[in-house]
Amino acid sequence: MSMVLTVNRRKRSVDADADKPLLWVLREDLDMPGTKFGCGAGLCGACTVLLDGQAVRSCQTLISEAAGKQITTIEGVTALPAGQKVVEAWTRIDVPQCGYCQAGQIMSATALLTANPKPSAEDILLGMNGNICRCATYVRIERAIREAAGLETKA
Amino acid sequence: MNRDRTKGIDRRSFIAASLAAGAALTFEAKIALAAGPGVAEATMLNAFIRILPDNSVIIGAKNPEIGQGIKTMLPMLLADELDVSWEQVKIEQTDANEKLYGPQVAGGSTATPMNWLPARQAGAAARAMLVSAAAAQWKVDAASLTTAGGRVVDKAGGRSATYASLAKAAAAQPAPDLAKVPLKKPNEFHIIGTPKKGVDTPKIVRGEPLFGIDTRLPGLLHAAMVKCPAIGGTLASYDDSAVKSARGVVAVVPISSGQCPAGKQDAVAIVGTSWWAVQKLRDKLVVQWDIAAQQGFSTELYARQAAEALGKAPDATLFKAGDADAALAKAAKVVTGDYSYPFLAHATLEPQNCTALWHEGGTVEFWAPTQNPGNGRKDVAAMMGIAPEAITIHMTRIGGGFGRRLMNDYMVMAGQIAKAVPGRPVKLLFDRTDDMRNDYYRPGGWHRFTAGIDASGALVAFKDHFVTFGANGKAIRAADMPASEFPASVVPDTHLAQSFLTTNLTTGWLRAPTSNAMAFVYQSFMDEVAEAAGTDLPALMLRTLGAPRDLPTERPTVVFSTARARAVIERVVAFAGWTGKPSAVPGKGRGFGFYFSHRGYFAEVVDVTVTDGAVKVDKVWIAGDIGSQIINPLNAEHQAQGAAIDGLAQALVWQPVVQEAGAVQTVTFSDFPLLRMDAKPAEIAISWVKNDYPPTGLGEPTLPPVIPAVANAIRAATGKRLRSLPLQLA
Ligand code: FES
Ligand code: FES
Repeated sequence: MSMVLTVNRRKRSVDADADKPLLWVLREDLDMPGTKFGCGAGLCGACTVLLDGQAVRSCQTLISEAAGKQITTIEGVTALPAGQKVVEAWTRIDVPQCGYCQAGQIMSATALLTANPKPSAEDILLGMNGNICRCATYVRIERAIREAAGLETKA
Repeated sequence: MNRDRTKGIDRRSFIAASLAAGAALTFEAKIALAAGPGVAEATMLNAFIRILPDNSVIIGAKNPEIGQGIKTMLPMLLADELDVSWEQVKIEQTDANEKLYGPQVAGGSTATPMNWLPARQAGAAARAMLVSAAAAQWKVDAASLTTAGGRVVDKAGGRSATYASLAKAAAAQPAPDLAKVPLKKPNEFHIIGTPKKGVDTPKIVRGEPLFGIDTRLPGLLHAAMVKCPAIGGTLASYDDSAVKSARGVVAVVPISSGQCPAGKQDAVAIVGTSWWAVQKLRDKLVVQWDIAAQQGFSTELYARQAAEALGKAPDATLFKAGDADAALAKAAKVVTGDYSYPFLAHATLEPQNCTALWHEGGTVEFWAPTQNPGNGRKDVAAMMGIAPEAITIHMTRIGGGFGRRLMNDYMVMAGQIAKAVPGRPVKLLFDRTDDMRNDYYRPGGWHRFTAGIDASGALVAFKDHFVTFGANGKAIRAADMPASEFPASVVPDTHLAQSFLTTNLTTGWLRAPTSNAMAFVYQSFMDEVAEAAGTDLPALMLRTLGAPRDLPTERPTVVFSTARARAVIERVVAFAGWTGKPSAVPGKGRGFGFYFSHRGYFAEVVDVTVTDGAVKVDKVWIAGDIGSQIINPLNAEHQAQGAAIDGLAQALVWQPVVQEAGAVQTVTFSDFPLLRMDAKPAEIAISWVKNDYPPTGLGEPTLPPVIPAVANAIRAATGKRLRSLPLQLA
């Protein structure tokens, strides 16, 4: 079926099966491979994108659910004020190791800081625990979020 | 360029400079390395440097990047000796071409010891040619000239020239002898030893396509596979009539990764225009497998067989010195303990995948996230009956390796699929369940230890009956134990023996292979021995290590220095404020672990808090010795943090691979969970012990000691000795 999606503020028309997850529409139909496939089961967070500012797992999101909403992906995240800060902190601290999970991490962190600009340690855990990093960059992810939020960071 | 210079001198080093299109100047260095301390085997290494007309410098990064930071680190070595500023440097991933670049492997933490000298020699030789060119041009003594930021400077003459402007003259200079070219002293380094961010970080945070799974080519097809549920099972028959007619399907191809390694790994691939669409069609493919020879294997069977084997005499002796039984009979105290650990999957976050294009004329091109492209080339050539030269391999960035991608089953499979759709590139992608079910697992193992202590508390007798997996009287891949395992290497009356079980599962190397298991069982049991001897583990280790000396290891070029081991133990004891006394706070405990692996010496202390059976790791202290120089301190910290947390996952997260009726049942991140942010320690503190030994690798050796340190901390906190992984308090 054919529909129009708004991705990173641009209207994109797509012709795909209604049950095709947003993840695969992004990767295959819109040629935007920044959003990653990790498990296809909502368990790893590698595929996280924003729908109207909310972090969702795009492998579990049908395109029909995404239609009519603002979709933000890693390719467009710096257009959001929180996204810009998150990406800057990620680069400054050099968070990535292999880097595969990082698009999802950045999207979850952006959603977290957009909703909650000064998160507590607990809030950070709640916002980020759905995102696996197999390389275990967690120490720097936490630090980058605190820096992006302008919170004191431990030395 | 003048190729004559290279003719017939394959075992010798050379550097050649040439004027090449697009670049002002190109250097190619080929360096012969004899086997020696820190180098696994005699080998040739290549490096290339291109100086562009704008005086920027392109340096080729030849090794696969899996998150270990090699793509940044190797060029740092060249750039420092070339004496350019890091900002001038652009880094390019090379293709896989072992003839040109020498070994291109991400495994065994070997890249640093192999490249430390040759990469610097290449940079220094290129610099020397530029300096000679300037000296000739200005008619001054080369020794009076200096370099900095990609310029040759004549202080006395008050002039300088960019490298780019010297290109033509430098290309005509005689090439210096790489072995004799002067290298910088450590205090002259301006890049080595300074924190450098990952070269791909800016692209990663923008979501640019970098990984194998992101490979995009015109006309790209996609493949999903239906794989035999039991590894080793074979394809009996299949019916693809309901699949072939589906929209977008291009081909259905039976494949096998039979070369990876022995034993068939049959599958049927569905090829089409969308991976999402073809993977959905897998249900419609009717496949009959023959798994008669595999269906008897199960986790439960292995446990039962291991218990039986431990009750009998071992199959074979691995190492024997003196008479362990006689010494035990005389010992003041005898300590025993049975330990075990499960099979583990690698679970790289980027599932296995590979893109291949079969060209008319019988050549094949790969875009492969592989840690060992050289082996991939051999496997593909053997499986497909083509010449190794007919295979081109482009290396992509890799979304996690951990040893999984040292194996190249996905290359062999993608090659066969590509051959069925000639002229069109095709990407094979495993889904998560394929990935979990078709791993080269870290094998499980069982150990029965017996130790004897004399009246003074010295360890005088030692026995280990190791039950592992084998074939033909030998351990299978990654199921082995070094005969030099400490303390067997120093205890006068010792017997290491083994018995073998069989499995249909393919096994392989998981980050710090062998060591990740041995560290846990040996250092946990040594903690028991220390307790029995009325001391603590650091003190027992220092006493057992004895006088400073070098002990042999399995590898002729690697020794185990007891002096270096002592130094990291002493460092972590001081650094963590280790007293050996139990914590006054109930539920809190502190544990220690030491391990030597991949040429690195690591002693670690862990603090835990146990509340209602739940273990929280509060802090990890790491003292590490990887030689004289931490090349990239920023990445070193990342590697050490990541490896320590990876070890905590092996210690504490319930993630054994479960097998029933021949097939692995642990197929998702809910039945094989990975460590999440809530389990990360609040703090990881690192202290480097530096000395005069050449630098060695850091991808792995931080990992092993953290596992026994956690187990020993749980013992201190709760009084419970946990002898099997993962560590579970009832
Ligand atoms: S790929 Fe969507 S949560 Fe893992
Ligand atoms: S950086 Fe490798 S999975 Fe997170």
